[in-house]
Amino acid sequence: MSPNFLNGITILLVYQLVGEVSARLLQLPVPGPVVGMVLLFITLLLRGGLEKTLDTASSALLSHLSLLFVPAGVGVIVHFHRIGNEWLPITVALLLGTVITLAATALIMLGVSHLLGKRGGGHE
Amino acid sequence: MNDNNLTQVWVYLSASPLFGLSMTLIAYGLAQRLYVYAKGNPLLNPVVTAVALLIALLLATGMPYKNYFDGAQFVHFLLGPATVALAIPLYRQFGKLKQLWLPVLVALLAGVTIGGVSAVGIAWLLGADTQTLLSLAPKSVTAPVAMGIAERIGGIPSLTAVLVVTTGIIGAVLGTRVFDLLGIRDDSVRGIAMGVAAHGIGTARAFQVSAEMGAFAGLAMALSAFTASLILPWLVDLLLQHAA
Repeated sequence: MSPNFLNGITILLVYQLVGEVSARLLQLPVPGPVVGMVLLFITLLLRGGLEKTLDTASSALLSHLSLLFVPAGVGVIVHFHRIGNEWLPITVALLLGTVITLAATALIMLGVSHLLGKRGGGHE
Repeated sequence: MNDNNLTQVWVYLSASPLFGLSMTLIAYGLAQRLYVYAKGNPLLNPVVTAVALLIALLLATGMPYKNYFDGAQFVHFLLGPATVALAIPLYRQFGKLKQLWLPVLVALLAGVTIGGVSAVGIAWLLGADTQTLLSLAPKSVTAPVAMGIAERIGGIPSLTAVLVVTTGIIGAVLGTRVFDLLGIRDDSVRGIAMGVAAHGIGTARAFQVSAEMGAFAGLAMALSAFTASLILPWLVDLLLQHAA
């Protein structure tokens, strides 16, 4: 394990730890790792730079992000019964819900950009 | 080697975390190879293949999920630091974000709300029970955060993880088709919608289309993780009060 990776992962774990502790102490509605993400983002903005060590560790983790979903995904084995019983609502909600979300988000962002473009005299 | 030896070996393996951990990595390695071999066909998403292989293995050996997870938890644990690590792509895209902050903010708030309401609403109309509804609410949010939200609002985190992964695959397969149908060609818009609706798996697909679409999708995934954990618990409370 390179010292870069070790330093980087230590920084990420410390921010997660601070995030978890403050989410619990302050009873925040946000999960601890998200608090850690926000704190790290603020730190990067304040310092105005990104250390190599942090970059190494985070790209290692994020490039294998899908691996990290596997253990939880195998948990479907515990829920076969529920999914079998409710396959219709679950399938329709996932398919239709995702298409609606894709279309609505894109159209709303496009709409707001157009409104702003007209008001601002069109920067594009 | 006689039967007795084999039994002893299996007794050791089924009690040790080594088995679950190494099988997880091997299954993912095979799934990744298959995905590359199929030239990145979204239907062969490595998560789906790896999960299917591992389920087949657990069913064949009769190993309970709990024993498997004793080993796999070491991989699962990394979801926490990976969430913290999302700060880095967010920081990198900060320049672009500043220029587009208002359309992005409105799209995020609307997209996260619509994502939660549409899933819960459709499943409720079709008669799903309350725990399923609560597990569905964060389906468009990246898995570690979605599982945290599910836990908070009383859903089943492991069921949420499965629904999240399925949502990501649906978004990756249908996303560009939906945008083409609507005539949306701007990659920043397409990226934001992909990240809000289909998190990391959608982001991976967006990077195949263009670097700009990928960057915006990654940005939207990180921002919607934050937005969702703020507004979804409150929104779900509101929805369930009306449903009840």
